[in-house]
Amino acid sequence: MKHLVYIGICCFCCHSFFAQQDTLVTAKDTTKLSQIILVAQRKLSNYRQKKTLSSVDAYLEKSNQVTMIKRGNYAWEPSINNMVSDRLNVTINGMQIFGACTDKMDPITSYVDVSNLKQISVSSGQEGTENGHCIGGSIDLQIAASKFNNSGLKTSTDLGYETNGNYKSAGLDLEYSGDKFYLTTDGIFRKSNNYSAGGNQEVLYSQFQKYNISLNGGYKLSTNHTIETHIIYDKATDVGYPALPMDVSLAEALITSATHIYKNELTTIKSLETKLYFNTITHIMDDTKRPDVPIRMDMPGWSDTYGFYTKATLKENKHNILVNLNGFYNRSLAEMTMFSNDTSQPDMFMHTWPDVRTLYSGLFVKDNIALNENETISAGIRLGYHKNKIANKLGFNSLRIFYPKLEDTQTRFLTSLSTDYTYKKENWNAVFGIGYGERAPTVSEGYGNFLFNSFDGYDYIGNPNLKNEKAIEINAKTNYKFNTISLGIESSFFHISNYIIGEIDNSISPMTIGANGVRVYNALNHASIFNIYFNSSIDFSNAFSFNSSIGYNYGSGSNNKNLPLIKPFSYLAEVNYSTAKFNAILQLEGNGNQTKYSPFYGEDETLSYTVLNLNLGNVAYINHNKLIFKYGIENILDTNYSTYADWNNIPRQGRNFYMNASFIVF
Amino acid sequence: MKLKYIFPIIFITLFTTACSTDDDESPKTSNETEGLIKIQDIVNNNQTIELYSKTGAFQTGYNNVNIRIKNNNDQTYFENASISWMPIMQMPMMQHSCPHSTISKVSDKKTLYTGSVIYQMTNTDGSGWSITVNYSIDNVDYTVTETISVSQAEKQNVTSFMGSDDKRYIVALVEPLEPTIGINDMMVGLYKMENMMSFPAVENYKIMLDPRMPGMGNHSSPNNTNLSFNADDAMYHGNLSLTMTGYWFLNLKLLNGSDDILKGEDVTEQNEKSSLYLELEF
Repeated sequence: MKHLVYIGICCFCCHSFFAQQDTLVTAKDTTKLSQIILVAQRKLSNYRQKKTLSSVDAYLEKSNQVTMIKRGNYAWEPSINNMVSDRLNVTINGMQIFGACTDKMDPITSYVDVSNLKQISVSSGQEGTENGHCIGGSIDLQIAASKFNNSGLKTSTDLGYETNGNYKSAGLDLEYSGDKFYLTTDGIFRKSNNYSAGGNQEVLYSQFQKYNISLNGGYKLSTNHTIETHIIYDKATDVGYPALPMDVSLAEALITSATHIYKNELTTIKSLETKLYFNTITHIMDDTKRPDVPIRMDMPGWSDTYGFYTKATLKENKHNILVNLNGFYNRSLAEMTMFSNDTSQPDMFMHTWPDVRTLYSGLFVKDNIALNENETISAGIRLGYHKNKIANKLGFNSLRIFYPKLEDTQTRFLTSLSTDYTYKKENWNAVFGIGYGERAPTVSEGYGNFLFNSFDGYDYIGNPNLKNEKAIEINAKTNYKFNTISLGIESSFFHISNYIIGEIDNSISPMTIGANGVRVYNALNHASIFNIYFNSSIDFSNAFSFNSSIGYNYGSGSNNKNLPLIKPFSYLAEVNYSTAKFNAILQLEGNGNQTKYSPFYGEDETLSYTVLNLNLGNVAYINHNKLIFKYGIENILDTNYSTYADWNNIPRQGRNFYMNASFIVF
Repeated sequence: MKLKYIFPIIFITLFTTACSTDDDESPKTSNETEGLIKIQDIVNNNQTIELYSKTGAFQTGYNNVNIRIKNNNDQTYFENASISWMPIMQMPMMQHSCPHSTISKVSDKKTLYTGSVIYQMTNTDGSGWSITVNYSIDNVDYTVTETISVSQAEKQNVTSFMGSDDKRYIVALVEPLEPTIGINDMMVGLYKMENMMSFPAVENYKIMLDPRMPGMGNHSSPNNTNLSFNADDAMYHGNLSLTMTGYWFLNLKLLNGSDDILKGEDVTEQNEKSSLYLELEF
């Protein structure tokens, strides 16, 4: 609710760009999650980002509690609270959309671009259940819709170049806004060669190329009624994954929706929004560019989702109520064809996802009660009905090899509850929350068939008999402000029962040539995940400020093994200098030694690293038009390093000079 | 405005994906050889013996054969014949037969008879085999012998070998005829060569099964079961799990009633395959 209000305010303020200069100098790296979403410029690209044209991935990576798991230079997988996509709910404008790759090479965040988005809303734990069930949190990528502000035609172009990888990007944005009608369209193109790690070491198969176009239209039926449509088409080709044995020749998404919005400030029901949507993804893995593979294979995957939601906001006295009724139907199908090295033998074919149809419908209700000027309490609940059906006979039969009594249909009920209490004073505030949440296993966890995980070198088999994963969560945060110094602590703890993870089954022979063995998805009795962050900032003057953040994370399972992909001790410090037309940020960022790594789940110890970045920005006005320059050096010292989040220890980018220019014509 | 385009797309896709594609059973026709292809006619004066199978040709391994006898005088088919047969392979120095079943009437058919034969070998040009059909109609006995052509199957679906007990055996794959991904019912025939002309089924031995894909690093599959003897059809039955299409190497090990290994070895890192095996491809 609070955020919606903010967005509203910011949208109304769109004309007064001067008033929003401060958004250029966002100290995002040390901000709390919730603050990421407060910055509501019309577009993510021009203002919010240090690099105007950096990808959604790079943008998310800058936030404190989101870490991106990297398998290459493209399509990074977000992780919140040390939990990856299986435990998160990632949506686009509240629309459910599911990747079509069995190996997580296409997180949803890879199918939109910054040019499409207004903002990204990141929620931790059970706060993130507005659109669906999750354990770790949610990411909602919110599409930039224009408003009926009669501002006429606005054009902006962006150009970017980075030396590392010879990375070129270009974007064009056209917006027409009238009294009753708006139409916006944007396109963006990105192309990068292989990047180089520190010491000029080329990372093979790290190239990518993509374009993204979107078309948005809105029509105002009457004062209170509006209809909108959004269409996004995203196509990536020739994407290399240096950490994986295969690349991607095509990742294509078509994302469409039609929305009816009713808004009335005078009635109890403030807004009522109904959306119908459809999206389809085609993802084709390919190894034709790899010179040396044990066997050539094709692995295409498809994911189609149809869905709707109806969302209402109500306000009566102290109550701010949000109701969201939603449903979707998804089909996920993936195949694998292996081309025999012995030409006299036929090709080998199997389904890796047996055309799983997921039908979900659920209801979410949240009430935010302002007890008094300082205290707010909120409570939310989501109840859902979740049904899986295996539609492909062959795929069903191949799972029956492992589960002879398997039924083709399974249903579950899912519950999520959360409540939090907020106390706010001028100089300090505190939030305390508790939550309980459940999630259904993902398609891979429930129905995957010999999915090779190059991280631990095991083939994974789904387990349709998995129970719901359940989490109890406690979170707290507090911020103090003494004159120019701000200090903050935030922490969350998750106790997850039936924690779904692969368990070695020595009785099954691996399918992938050279695999270490087979793991079947199973549940640990329980697992614990904990994180704590200390943030501080000092304002030396209006122009000078210092931010820092230190984080510690912990995760272990009931088998007394560390969980994989748990962030080690991390730190970040930055000095900001900003005036109305110029800003500079010098940033030091690093991790400690990964001492609590998990060899059992394929991890090795990642050494500590520190990198130094410099970001600079200028704004110039030419008549009423605006020119924004962003430039800088990343990894100034050309450190050769990889982090715990780099799949199979692929090294990260070495020194990189970048420059982006945006020109906005009113 | 866009709704106009989006709704049809949504609905068309919904409906096309929602439709199921179950095939209806085709109604039974009066033609009793429906679905069968003629292998060969054997003319014997006033009668013609018609041999049919699903594929229309004999090949090495297990063949399920359908037979009917035509009255050449009035083009009708006899419904009360009793038939027996003897396949013979003519070798340069000797001749021998092969495992073959008795011939019985197909239960729900009037004119059709069925039996099975397992050719353990053939000449490269398909020559060498002949078949003698003995039959009686209305208490009159007839006999006819005709050469037939048996082609070599692409994959090894039958093997004849000397067991460690110095007896010669024949193992033949009967099912699955049309293997699919998943758990297949596997049926194997096991016969002992008593002499050149007699190949009785062997009872109550055990056949251990270990299917592998040599093209996939000798990948195996779970939940296979060893083959055990079923007295009803005198065949060995078990479960065969096939995780994907392609070429499968079915490693076998033959054990007699007292668990002595007669032929075959375990598959290990050092020993990629058993000397007793069958092959499958789909």
